[in-house]
Amino acid sequence: MSLLEIKNLHVRIEDKKILNGLTLTVEKGQVAAIMGPNGSGKSTLAYVLAGKEDYEVTEGDVLLDGESVLEMSPDERAAKGVFLAFQYPVEVPGVATMTFLRTALNAQRKARGQGELSTPEFMKLVRDTSGKLGITQEMLRRAVNVGFSGGEKKRNEILQMAVLQPRLAVLDETDSGLDIDALKIVADGVNRLRSPDRGMVVITHYQRLLNYIVPDVVHVLAKGRVVKTGGKELALELEAKGYAEYVGEAA
Amino acid sequence: MAADIRNMKTSAEQALSAAYTGARGKLPGLPGLREQAFREFEARGLPHRRVEEWKYTDLRALMREMPPLAGAPDAAAKARAKDARGVLAGIDTRRIVFVDGVFAPELSDLSPEPGLTIGSLAYALASGDALATRRVGKVFATDDVAVALNTALMGDGAVIHVAAGVQIARPIHLVFAGSETPASVFVRSLVVVEKGARVILIEDHDSGAVQVNAALDLVAAAESQIDYFKITQARAPHVASLLASIGAKASFNTFAFTRHSSLVRNQSFIRFAGEHTESGMRGVSLLKGKEHVDTTLLVEHAKGHCRSREQFKMVLDNESHGVFQGKIIVQPHAQKTDAKMLTRALLLSQEAEADNKPELEIFADDVVCGHGATAGALDKGLKFYLLSRGIPEAEAEALLIQAFIGETVEEIAHEGIRAALMSAAIEWLRGRG
Repeated sequence: MSLLEIKNLHVRIEDKKILNGLTLTVEKGQVAAIMGPNGSGKSTLAYVLAGKEDYEVTEGDVLLDGESVLEMSPDERAAKGVFLAFQYPVEVPGVATMTFLRTALNAQRKARGQGELSTPEFMKLVRDTSGKLGITQEMLRRAVNVGFSGGEKKRNEILQMAVLQPRLAVLDETDSGLDIDALKIVADGVNRLRSPDRGMVVITHYQRLLNYIVPDVVHVLAKGRVVKTGGKELALELEAKGYAEYVGEAA
Repeated sequence: MAADIRNMKTSAEQALSAAYTGARGKLPGLPGLREQAFREFEARGLPHRRVEEWKYTDLRALMREMPPLAGAPDAAAKARAKDARGVLAGIDTRRIVFVDGVFAPELSDLSPEPGLTIGSLAYALASGDALATRRVGKVFATDDVAVALNTALMGDGAVIHVAAGVQIARPIHLVFAGSETPASVFVRSLVVVEKGARVILIEDHDSGAVQVNAALDLVAAAESQIDYFKITQARAPHVASLLASIGAKASFNTFAFTRHSSLVRNQSFIRFAGEHTESGMRGVSLLKGKEHVDTTLLVEHAKGHCRSREQFKMVLDNESHGVFQGKIIVQPHAQKTDAKMLTRALLLSQEAEADNKPELEIFADDVVCGHGATAGALDKGLKFYLLSRGIPEAEAEALLIQAFIGETVEEIAHEGIRAALMSAAIEWLRGRG
């Protein structure tokens, strides 16, 4: 069974149609890159997978491990293993990063019928991963993303992903706003989480990120559906030629 | 026309006049001051919505009646006060207890401490105590009618004197306990903190069914350090006034915490009378049902080089109504004043209402003053972020509300009080259901 199956998905926000019959499959262990011009529906796809309200699915289905997630609330999907690394991570004043991580992890474990992690186990888990991402103890004590730089916010997203160990990670424009050093740290963090049980959807406008997170498959999204699928070389082709061809074709 | 308005007294106004007339001569001390204050009340009646300072809290309409003045508390009321475990139960404080507005020495911790004098206001006024006679009603001149009513009818309260240079280790905890029989109480306290002295003062009201008008005259001399807390839980109408004069190079912090209260007006009149004082005025009000809580501040920078920070938060559920009015006056010579005021209301229901009225009156030219006011629901983007991490909706909301409150509570320096107030806020949140 495929990890993620998106079947003929139609989505609109208010009166605007954004996804238009999108069909896509992600296998276990696979890293799928989604590339496409601005306005092609990349971020909408990310939000719809995570369950953000305001998006209306008018047709089609999204299956995780064969089970439809469309009727599930965002927290239920998270407990099933969906994780969205935000393009613009939100600042949460007054909630310490440690508290946030722990509340999220324990809520997911509870929803899955697992017991809470003990304090030493939790501390060890966070310490091991935060160190590799260059996240200091001081940052962990601070309120979530408050006063963090762009790069720190993205690293914090990867830390959350490492702690929550999702089945399906959706990375929305994780490279945006990162300089090359920060990009390498984030990409290394993502690569460490590649695993035979886990699928990843890496959404990006530029090929650059894919030099560091090398995809198994590349899908080109235009006007709300997949218009071409290929190997990692497709990304290089897009980098050279741009999206003009696809924008024209879909129109 | 003016005569007509005076004739249309509400039953509460009539009862207040009758209460004063009946008690006149039996009230302790300061007959001239009382008489003058009473005439002020007679001329103007209870404040109502056409009085600018009371626009959002129409006391004449909201205070339907005035129950009789409380008599001496009975043994049962005292026993309840003795066993009462308030928000600060776990903290080592010096408890000074008042039951239905009357000093209860047998329930109070009067163990001697060098430099600290604590007594009853009723006793001080009746015996012509020099400090009380000189200071009560003279700390901050105001024509506010609620203050005038208190001055006319004040019964008992605390008189506290902290000698120069003395540091009081344990917080002084004024516990005002009210019984379950409706009654009216007018408490007045006087606190004088001499030069360089340091004290934490807590005014803690759990009023039961008793209607309270409380006032505190506070004199902070130069270089003193005062942290003042007001904790309020009141089922009957509750009006409290802080009248404060703060000297130079002082540190003066206030924090008001209000919940489970039907009608509260906390008004503060604070004058910075010396230079280089640092001050933080903060508060959190938690409202549900049809509760109404009004925080009104008048901060006067009479001298320059002072820094004041004000931050007030309200959480409003159901059909509750929160009011914040903050006026900062910077007098002509108070240059280099640095004053910032922030008020934020979190509306948890469509029917809740928040009124924010910040005002700046600046007569000096070299100052930094600002204010900000917001009112709104929980941020959807924030909530989605928490949900997307697997935190269920109720827990996500509670965490965000807790964070909203916590941002202000975190500013409290005393660790025990900070933790106790945060716990009380979390308990209130759990009670939302």
